[in-house]
Amino acid sequence: MFLTLRHIGRYFSMLSQVFSRPEKGNVYWKKIVYEMHHIGLNSLAIVSIISIFMGAVVAIQTGLQLESPFIPKYLIGYATRESLILEFSPTMIALILAGKVGSSIASEIGTMRVTEQIDALEIMGINSKAFIIQPKIIAAVLFFPFLVIISMSIGMVGGYLAGVFGGLVSHNDFMYGLNYWFEPFYILYALVKTIFFAFVISSISGYFGYFTEGGALDVGKSSTKAVVYSSIVILIINFTLTQLMLA
Amino acid sequence: MIEVKNINKSFENKLVLNGVTFTFQAGKTNLIIGASGSGKTTLIKCMVGLHQPDQGVVNFDGRDFHVLHSKEKRLLRQEIGMLFQGGALFDYMTVGENIMFPLTMFSDASEEEKIERANFCLQRVNLFNAFHLYPSELSGGMMKRVAIARAISMNPKYLFCDEPNSGLDPKTAVIIDNLIQEITQEYNITTVVNTHDMNSVMQIGDNIAFVHQGVLSWSGSKDSIMKSDNKELNDFVFASELFKKLRS
Repeated sequence: MFLTLRHIGRYFSMLSQVFSRPEKGNVYWKKIVYEMHHIGLNSLAIVSIISIFMGAVVAIQTGLQLESPFIPKYLIGYATRESLILEFSPTMIALILAGKVGSSIASEIGTMRVTEQIDALEIMGINSKAFIIQPKIIAAVLFFPFLVIISMSIGMVGGYLAGVFGGLVSHNDFMYGLNYWFEPFYILYALVKTIFFAFVISSISGYFGYFTEGGALDVGKSSTKAVVYSSIVILIINFTLTQLMLA
Repeated sequence: MIEVKNINKSFENKLVLNGVTFTFQAGKTNLIIGASGSGKTTLIKCMVGLHQPDQGVVNFDGRDFHVLHSKEKRLLRQEIGMLFQGGALFDYMTVGENIMFPLTMFSDASEEEKIERANFCLQRVNLFNAFHLYPSELSGGMMKRVAIARAISMNPKYLFCDEPNSGLDPKTAVIIDNLIQEITQEYNITTVVNTHDMNSVMQIGDNIAFVHQGVLSWSGSKDSIMKSDNKELNDFVFASELFKKLRS
């Protein structure tokens, strides 16, 4: 209990320093662009692959539930869209990114710690927390919503391919379902969730990486902790935001 | 000149430094020597502010580091260069970018001026054609030299070197030692070197502090170290067969 409180206190104390004024704005801006490429664009392939299969599976499973002739087939397209927008794309992709990006951030910063690169920054008079972690948080918060929108789109393509070419639904029914009773607020809800998730993944992973102590083995442990804690907090925030925005 | 007065530091109730007082002189190579685990690195980290001492004062030419405001501390830190044991070069930057980094962060120099300064620093440490290489492409000795080049890029008043020779062959170690001494004298820097390498001690030890179990046990110069009757110091100095033979 004491240890958890210590982590929480140190995490928020770290955040207050992370968001202090940058020493040189243009250096930070270059780092943000680099991080967008590193943690954002480099995740595009995995997000696309997962999304297309996720959409396909949702369409197939929905199709199998709708055996009654009284239930219209366009519901396959509708359910695929709703599932992807409301839950699968923001939350599942966030959990995947917690694994990929979170472990990468924690191990990168942890390695900087054990090889004294962070000490080198401090001795130069640079706010190392802000210099290392701030660009990653900003890059994640700016870029992850695009990944989620791409995930939604590709997921729907996957659902279409599985549904139409698998013989579960016709092209017209699926497209009708996709457009049926569309609630734009759900997109906003998904993007708000994604922004919170992006912040959680990058800041918690940054925290565990920054406070790594020891050697290579401890970098691995920090990386694991970053993924586990980020995933737990994502699920808690998912529940809280859903309760606040949809209930 | 750097003065440390009555420095105490403990970790989880284990006293690592106990009342260390010493003056590190300007324009000289000041050495902190001692066996592994004696508290050398802790002392140097207390001096540069990576550790907060439990008690005591670290004065940089009259400025007490640990009572300065964070902004003043940052300004003072820009006068400090440090060579870390492993080099601590930034992996994702080239050699040139590593050296230019402090200039980029703290000066208004143009790109051309920064490149010129980086090339000058590289030439000063006798490294040529390394500007575009990444740290992973360098040998241990080259990494140390790049780290020295980065440390001197801002014309520091104080240079700290944490075990600069660890992991180097004897020939490269001598080159690094000579380089540190030359730079110290050339720019009148207060240099503090943390080492347990007796060859370094005999080569560059202008002003030496011997730390034993967290206590300053002896101080003097390389000329007086061989004649000391301090038991702990003698055990440390004459531990190797070579130095035993030298004494006899």
